Amino acid sequence: MRRLTHPDHLAALRRQVLETRPVRAKTIVVTAGTCGQASGALPVLDALRREIDLKRLSDSVGVVVTGCHGFCEMEPSLIIYPEGVFYKKLEPGDVPAIVAETVLKNKVIPSLTYEDPATGKKYPRQKDIPFYHKQTRLLTEPHFHIDPDHIEDYIALGGYQALAKALFDMTSESVIAEIKASGLRGRGGAGYPTWKKWEICREAHGHPKYVICNADEGDPGAYMNRSLLEGNPHSVIEGMIIGAYAIGAPEGFIFVRMEYPVAVRHVNRALEQARKIGLLGPTILGSEFHFDIHIVRGAGAFVSGEETSLMASIEGKRAFPRQRPPFPAQEGLWGKPTNINNVETWANVPLIINKGAPGFAGIGTEKSKGTKIFSLVGKINNTGLVEVPLGLTLREIVHDIGGGVKNKKKLKAVQVGGPSGGCIPADKIDLPIDYDSLLQAGAIMGSGGLIVMDEDTCMVDVARYFLSFTQEESCGKCVPCRVGTRQMCDILTRITRGNGADGDLERLEELAVTVRTGSLCGLGQTAPNPVSTTLRYFRDEYRAHIEDRRCPARVCKDLIAFYIEPDKCTGCLLCRDSCPVKAISGQRKKIHVIDQAACVKCGACFDICPAKVRAVSRLTGADRRKIGP
Amino acid sequence: MTVEEILKDSGPGQRELIAILHRLQAEFGHIPPESVRAVARHLRVSPSEVYGVLTFYKAFTLEPKGRTVVTVCLGTACHVRGGPAIVDEIERKLGIKAGQTSPGGEFSLETVNCLGCCAIGPVVVVNGIYHANVTLKKIEAILATCPGSGKKP
Repeated sequence: MRRLTHPDHLAALRRQVLETRPVRAKTIVVTAGTCGQASGALPVLDALRREIDLKRLSDSVGVVVTGCHGFCEMEPSLIIYPEGVFYKKLEPGDVPAIVAETVLKNKVIPSLTYEDPATGKKYPRQKDIPFYHKQTRLLTEPHFHIDPDHIEDYIALGGYQALAKALFDMTSESVIAEIKASGLRGRGGAGYPTWKKWEICREAHGHPKYVICNADEGDPGAYMNRSLLEGNPHSVIEGMIIGAYAIGAPEGFIFVRMEYPVAVRHVNRALEQARKIGLLGPTILGSEFHFDIHIVRGAGAFVSGEETSLMASIEGKRAFPRQRPPFPAQEGLWGKPTNINNVETWANVPLIINKGAPGFAGIGTEKSKGTKIFSLVGKINNTGLVEVPLGLTLREIVHDIGGGVKNKKKLKAVQVGGPSGGCIPADKIDLPIDYDSLLQAGAIMGSGGLIVMDEDTCMVDVARYFLSFTQEESCGKCVPCRVGTRQMCDILTRITRGNGADGDLERLEELAVTVRTGSLCGLGQTAPNPVSTTLRYFRDEYRAHIEDRRCPARVCKDLIAFYIEPDKCTGCLLCRDSCPVKAISGQRKKIHVIDQAACVKCGACFDICPAKVRAVSRLTGADRRKIGP
Repeated sequence: MTVEEILKDSGPGQRELIAILHRLQAEFGHIPPESVRAVARHLRVSPSEVYGVLTFYKAFTLEPKGRTVVTVCLGTACHVRGGPAIVDEIERKLGIKAGQTSPGGEFSLETVNCLGCCAIGPVVVVNGIYHANVTLKKIEAILATCPGSGKKP
């Protein structure tokens, strides 16, 4: 491909890509993002390529490897176009049948198609599956069609046309005005209006200016940024170039956390390709605008997702946050005006420029515009990434798209927004998910992690989990955060061990206020949220731990005991053989007994005891008397 | 590559520090303590600054890691799906605690806060290979594939 030195060259390249594409009877799309690869997509892909070679089909059947499609539960999966037949949970052994039946004879193989766990109905086509059907996929739709290693695929879908439009038909002011009219708010957490950041940075004195893409997606349970960078890196790059043009920045950085090696690889490749054809570097598309992007790998610190810490990281220092103001837009990287946005925010920019602000602002609620990608994980049937208009209710996301709670259990809460967020209880399931409603409920949007919790999840344990996380990740700069999170974590640990005391809950509430008000950055300011919301909505559960030494969800190890009901045990040996510490004694057809002193409470016996027998029970509180003193 | 070669191949200025540490860690499996001064000289910063940065980030260690690194994800999704029990079981099997390396240098056991593949948790990574939906039962088979486990993969 030659260098593009005029916007017309881009259109010409697109035509050329479309016209020279081989016409094939079938195209098989295999997902191979991190989830797909972890589930075994690569052996399936190898088998598919071998089979196509073997059957000499390479002229009529194409194979495209894409990033994540979002339906992670079903990986490894593939889609056969043009019909859009979707096959799930594949093994290399399934491949010959797929080629012989579906590719050559157009016959669907029922055993490989998706079946709705609630209704038992089978859905052969990807588009009809409720999980996909009810989404509004603006950012993630291209993931079905793009091989992230090939810039041509992105250009074929109209990629970089927003950039050409911005550079040649719009001034930097009108780009900012367009973003303002769209109502786009930051997708990384607090939801600050994107245009305002851009304008402050544009008007700030100092040269050079910088733009940064925050891909330090540290919230456990959220991975939409990884998916975007793996599946469609050029959309993020295009957004950054447009932003840099609006702000007047010659240099940009993408800061990616080190736990995402596949994303780093894809972004690096994408940057190289964009540079090669003149979409990055000097005189982009023949304009007078110069801009280039460097990729910086994080080194494993949650706090570096905070904007001022992230900049310290890029400068090669410890990731300590600093006082604001001055805001990064005024004094950021190396003291220069810097605009920093999240991956998903950047990916929205080309969409807005292409669609026009009114088209974008037509989606969502009055104050929260556009779509948002959520990661729907935990105890849910359809785990994965879902893109929906802001303002959809939790019920629609959990039940209609997510297919409800796993194993027909009862929903207890949805944890929103990671360690900075909060737990929304099941009775608030009709809450619309937008920036402001979540804030009112005590949570925040955060990066968009939705962790579904059922009746088997202990809310005190969840609060303890998050506090042990923030306590470990606190950088140590501010005393309230460093010491306060430690104290909160200690109290919570004590409660989960059955050593809670009167006044503990009040002390937690008091500490929450101190940590929230006395910390410099978002980490400390929001660290108490998981405790505050669980105390607000699940106070009874805390009380049960303290007053009755009872864990209602039967999770906290020190408060439960595993017990084999003698009248139910069939003496099948399953539990005895599964016990990792050999704490179960018994012989075939004789009642088994757990040695409580040796038991490590791993739950292996509970999990393995057949559902129709259910002889193993978890005792807590007063019930523990059954096992003796 | 030697420390000197890595430094020769890297740019000047503190902004290169984390990238250099990444390369040293990848090359040697740890940051050789004696390289701290050389890095400091190359970047014209104090050795204490280099030391401060390398001990701040989890990616870097001053002590060598085991030949096989077992990483268990304890992100929220893995946590609610039973990640902690997986760590306990691997600790029992390897005879080391999370964060430790076995005395002979065979294994290191680490935990991580989220690998971003939450849908398939609990996740265990062994030397870069991901294992999805891990259960207590699967652990034995996963560890058996490791070099140094005494068993053939």
